[in-house]
Amino acid sequence: MSTTLAPVPVAPAEPPAPRVGTPLRERLAPYAYIAPFFVLFAVFGLFPFLFTFYVALFDWNPIGDHTFIGFDNFTRMLDDPRFWNATRNTVSIWFLSTVPQLFLALLLAHLLNHARLRAALFFRMSVLVPYVTSVAATAIVFAQLFDRDFGLLNWLLGLVGVEPVDFVQSTFGSHVVIAAMVTWRWFGYTTLLYLASLQAVPRDVYESAAIDGAGGWQRFRHITIPALRPVIIFTVITSTIGGLQIFTEPLLVSPGSTLTCGAVRQCQTLTLMLYEQGFGRYEFGYGSAIGVALFLMVVAVAAVNYLLSSRIKADR
Amino acid sequence: MSARHNNVRWWQYAVLVGAAAVSIFPLYWMFIVATTDTATATQMPPEIVPGDNFFYLAGLVFDTVPFLQSIVNSLVVAGAIGVGQALLCALAGFAFAKLRFPGRNTLFLVVLLTMTVPTQLAVIPQYLIMSELGWVDTLQALVVPGLASAFGIFWMRQHIVATISDELMQAAYLDGASTWQVFWRIAFPIVRPAAFVLGLFAFVTAWNDFLWPFIVLKSPERYTAQIAIKALQNSFDIDLGLAMSGSFLATLPLLVLFVFVGRRMVGGILEGAFKG
Repeated sequence: MSTTLAPVPVAPAEPPAPRVGTPLRERLAPYAYIAPFFVLFAVFGLFPFLFTFYVALFDWNPIGDHTFIGFDNFTRMLDDPRFWNATRNTVSIWFLSTVPQLFLALLLAHLLNHARLRAALFFRMSVLVPYVTSVAATAIVFAQLFDRDFGLLNWLLGLVGVEPVDFVQSTFGSHVVIAAMVTWRWFGYTTLLYLASLQAVPRDVYESAAIDGAGGWQRFRHITIPALRPVIIFTVITSTIGGLQIFTEPLLVSPGSTLTCGAVRQCQTLTLMLYEQGFGRYEFGYGSAIGVALFLMVVAVAAVNYLLSSRIKADR
Repeated sequence: MSARHNNVRWWQYAVLVGAAAVSIFPLYWMFIVATTDTATATQMPPEIVPGDNFFYLAGLVFDTVPFLQSIVNSLVVAGAIGVGQALLCALAGFAFAKLRFPGRNTLFLVVLLTMTVPTQLAVIPQYLIMSELGWVDTLQALVVPGLASAFGIFWMRQHIVATISDELMQAAYLDGASTWQVFWRIAFPIVRPAAFVLGLFAFVTAWNDFLWPFIVLKSPERYTAQIAIKALQNSFDIDLGLAMSGSFLATLPLLVLFVFVGRRMVGGILEGAFKG
């Protein structure tokens, strides 16, 4: 995921050595305690992950047989306008959902960090409510709120004399609806992550800045933002990896919830296309090739993130 | 604007109240639509007080899909994952924090490295494995892969390193306790709150998971609550209230849970397991 998550592994103080002549059972115990994770990860994580690269080289029909076809799935993918359309949609939705979310979280974390805030727990808890609401339920409510004929939003727009907007049917509009769902779901969680980092900043740093005459904006600009830099990088990468896998929102937002997310695939994301090819058309090979492409995008993002964070460290 | 710098300004409260309202409103709206008939729900200006149609619609939900069964399925899956992850991660975290064995640090590094593998992209081979195991359309296909959590091990190890002293371990060993007994009688009771928070997050994630259950489950009586909502949504155009009732009913258990333990979830995030 990211280098910012992995702390420097601090070797704990050496635990007491087992007494001499410890029975074999005792000496094997630690391995037994950690074995479940390794077994489960190998079977359901690592092996399928590696196997994706293998399946991608085949014409693989789950009901019939599979034939080795080399890189044909990939050349087909690169010539497939649907693939590029899905890539564009994914990037657009990711951008629309990440940027506002991070700015909002920055502002809210700064406000929530105020020493004299009343009802702090209420505010902290309320912004976490979307996180416990399921994506499926969220998608259905938002689809209704943004509906052309009966949606609350278009009614409000109508009050100020704007013609009804058919959000879900247009490309940009459908991206906005999906991004709104993603932002709504995650902004509170991100806010609390930022707040966790802010609370590590000693109070007197803010106090003395205020005494020196720094206004609210200056305190935000020169104390809050620098303190949050590492966690901002961390959330950018996690939201990107999450963003590349957006599936449920586009599936459920379109009327009749189709695998194409609308008549002209206006909001079909890469994961939705992977599902459509793999489980809608039973082309496991082609679907796996899309999975490999997604993986390469994740790697590219991680690499950019790594370069950025080392640049930032070097600047200090 | 002559307020003293260290008091919270009115506009700051306004922003926070706005954020809270935005967070809660869609759920309230879900409830409104779930209690009125479609005609009322789509009239403008909108109705803002709940109607009396809730039980009729709820009944319809239970008639359309095996909804009660799907709630039970979700509880079983999310509960098993929550409890299983809390125990397995506490046990592995304990081994990495407090036991001495060859390869310990290397293996822990491997655990951390597994976090960098985006296994969610491998759904097609994961499905093939489930076919091989004969687990397609079963609940264990959802539970078993969900039990492994590298982050959970990291999290529990942090807590065990911070809270359990070597003297305590030493004393227990001198009393003749086995490693297993030390874990159950001494370590686990101390880190139970941290394990609880971990299990809570695992529960919420599992309850709300959609893609994997959508791939692996086939028959309506195996659906989790999320997949049941999807099935209801296919009748969206016919009855808006139906899909909303289903959504509301599927969210309700988690809202109830959140009222009781939301404070601890907030605390879990604020403990900041993410240090730059």
